[in-house]
Amino acid sequence: MVAAAQQAAPTISSLELFNITKRFPGVVANNRVSFEVRAGEVHALLGENGAGKSTLMKIIYGLYQPDDGQILLNGQPVTISSPQDAIARGIGMIHQHFMLVPSLTVAENVALGLKSSRGMRLDLDVVAAKVERLAASYGLRVDPRAEVSRLSVGEQQRVEIIKALYRGADLLVLDEPTAVLTPQEADDLFRMLRQMREEGRALIFISHKLREVLALCDRVTVLRDGRQVGTFPTAGMSRGELARLMVGREIAAPHAEDRAPVPVGPPLLQVRGLSSSAGAGGPALREVSFELSPGEILGLAGVSGNGQRELADVIAGLRPSSAGEISLGGAPLVGGPGERMAAGLSYIPEERMRDGAIMDFSVEENLILRDHTRPPYARGPFLDTARVSTVCRELITRFAVKTPGPQTPIKSLSGGNIQKVIMARELAREPRVLIAAQPTRGVDIGATAYIHRLLLDMRARGGAVLLISEDLDEILALADRIAVIHDGEIAAIMPRAEADPERIGLLMAGASTESLSH
Amino acid sequence: MTRTPASPNRGTIRRTGAVVVDALLPLGAVVAALLVGALVLLLLGKNPALAYGAMFRGAFGSLSGITQTLAKATPLLLVGLGVIIAFRAQVINIGGEGQLVVGALAATACSLALRELPGWLLLPITALAGALAGGLWGLVPGLLKARLDVNEILSTVMMNAIAVQLMNYLLRGPMLDPAQVAAGTNIPQSAALPEAAWIVRLVPRTLFHAGFILALVLAVVVALLLWRTTLGYRIRAVGLSPSAARYAGIPVATITATSMVLSGCLCGLAGAVEVMGVHHRVVEGISGGYGFSGIVVALFGGLHPIGAIPAAVLFGGLLVGADQMQRTVQVPAALITALNGLVVLMVVSSTYATQRRAARRQSEAARPTAREAEGGPLDPQLTPDL
Repeated sequence: MVAAAQQAAPTISSLELFNITKRFPGVVANNRVSFEVRAGEVHALLGENGAGKSTLMKIIYGLYQPDDGQILLNGQPVTISSPQDAIARGIGMIHQHFMLVPSLTVAENVALGLKSSRGMRLDLDVVAAKVERLAASYGLRVDPRAEVSRLSVGEQQRVEIIKALYRGADLLVLDEPTAVLTPQEADDLFRMLRQMREEGRALIFISHKLREVLALCDRVTVLRDGRQVGTFPTAGMSRGELARLMVGREIAAPHAEDRAPVPVGPPLLQVRGLSSSAGAGGPALREVSFELSPGEILGLAGVSGNGQRELADVIAGLRPSSAGEISLGGAPLVGGPGERMAAGLSYIPEERMRDGAIMDFSVEENLILRDHTRPPYARGPFLDTARVSTVCRELITRFAVKTPGPQTPIKSLSGGNIQKVIMARELAREPRVLIAAQPTRGVDIGATAYIHRLLLDMRARGGAVLLISEDLDEILALADRIAVIHDGEIAAIMPRAEADPERIGLLMAGASTESLSH
Repeated sequence: MTRTPASPNRGTIRRTGAVVVDALLPLGAVVAALLVGALVLLLLGKNPALAYGAMFRGAFGSLSGITQTLAKATPLLLVGLGVIIAFRAQVINIGGEGQLVVGALAATACSLALRELPGWLLLPITALAGALAGGLWGLVPGLLKARLDVNEILSTVMMNAIAVQLMNYLLRGPMLDPAQVAAGTNIPQSAALPEAAWIVRLVPRTLFHAGFILALVLAVVVALLLWRTTLGYRIRAVGLSPSAARYAGIPVATITATSMVLSGCLCGLAGAVEVMGVHHRVVEGISGGYGFSGIVVALFGGLHPIGAIPAAVLFGGLLVGADQMQRTVQVPAALITALNGLVVLMVVSSTYATQRRAARRQSEAARPTAREAEGGPLDPQLTPDL
């Protein structure tokens, strides 16, 4: 490999974007955005989904060319023509979805795309040694010979960062890096990022998590609707202020009075000893047991891919179980998704674009997706199109779905509004139990608040909600009890009052309950 | 993300314009195919204008031409409708040819066996027999796909081969016309249908029969089926997203098989109608390639039952006009087959172009908030994440 001067003094002292404008047909993604990141600084780029963060980063990484404006690297105007060009200039990017080849080792992944120092022969041993040195300098343990598919998500992210550093990145762009991490892993990442800042690297941290922005970053540039709201030092900023800047209006967070205790009756949903075989991309469920009472929200916390999806699918009847039983209101819950729905179970699936809605169907057709054979939508074998239209218009109004009309293709709606359509459909049939899997992932703040309200309303009416989320803050804000899932097993279930983020984080990472109770 | 300051009026005009372009694209595909054909004609030393003139006159220039065109459009439309139903469930039925053949055979056998029945009873029974046989021929690949995930393109093609061999056997043995045996000529064809089972000709002394009206009615029925019934809803849901359909509690495998059966029924009916309206018996080559051309009709019609009507007439006209062209400028009729192929190629590419245009319009119109959050690799080829 052409040894990148990874330990030499950083060569990027500043990157400046000046009045960057990027238009796409019909939309201005970035409207005269200026911002600057300096060596030895962590600069946050904050904004809602669709604010223009990704476009700006793609411009920095050479994937897009700005229509207008200038990029200055160390004060010199430059054109970053491609990601290769960006890398050559010392700019590295850590994508939200890792760009690693799972079947290759760490060293092979790092070496991929680089020239070998031995010409035609591989120099993996040289690479491996350098990777080890690099990792050690950040106090990390990384085995260069380990296959990437065997690494945890947090470890894979480290490999991505090391890969970028190996290529001599002095400026790192991190796109929502904590989305896939446990709180502890996030802390480790922050430690590493702080060290990189000390070494004089420049870091751009993209996030919509206000807490992290305040904890890690020196300055923050807020984007809204493609425009720059401003750049502010984080010192002295509060979360509330940041949220206002980001959204442009006040956001009502769930208040304590929304969470007034609801008289809890006997359990509505009982899951006992539920096991399943391993699913695609997830572990097997092992002896999962829990109860869910009316008027209760049970939050299921866990790092992505620890069986949440499998559990939800098994309960909803989309995946077979190998052992155990489920009952709803005392009666065994069996059969396919249709039967279980009829028994009073509604389900908001995690993959809303793939499972929860049909993108090529209209809003109306999606509203009847799971109820199209029942009145009022059907009359015998026929769809009662007049009634469908009336009822759907009502639902659109009642659930505040922003759509030009019921016939609009759902794919032209925003993520938040698509989710509102799904919520409307699943709540309209007045279920007794609702499984909500990642209900607010990728949803803007306004819609998130609305969805939270719907979940709390359901609870207030005496419904039972299983809230599956990777966002611990969301679970802490809404749940009455919190269950932690790790590797297909329920690690612990605790009342909200006894839950603290650190303990949950450790459980999410696989620490046993015994080891935590010292 | 800020909208560019465009007046809504301009946007509407642009969108309407885009829709018009989309509608004209298939026609453009035909023109493009004809242009390539003209090149070939020039290379053959023929005058393309003369040839195409003859083709057009042959197909649409006279009463006899028009009636022939509509006669050929009938089976094309029926097969096209069948293909559309399957296509909507994301099942590609290449088996129209075989389903049509068994439909023709079953209709003939049935009407010969029940020749004593009065016409008002014999007609529907004969047609039904053809539809059922075609449905059965579709059931096999339908079940294979639904239960064992066997590729339906392969299985329907195989079913075609079986159907043709079955016909060869039946027309030389059990179903061979007794008159042929008596005369000792042994031309492989069945006995003639009892006249009670003949479909009335709409224009005397032409091949244009009332089956065309049946096909038109069925086009409307299929449209209603797809958009006004729960079954049609299920078929479309399964076709667009099997995983969402499963989540919705729709029995995906059953719907897949059902769509293939319905598709086969319409193709089988095409065979029955061809026998009852045109030949009045099964002759070798009764399918006339309709089973394949019907796929083109379906695609050309935008996979919409109503769109298939003009498509069927157009392709019927191409077939009829080809004969005329052959007679007038002495080009091989095979050129028409090649032209058909070219049209398919162009239509499929134009469909693709339409989809891309639609996707682009979509990404322009969409507030892409959802996309960024869903992540996805930073690929410049993808629609812009804003």
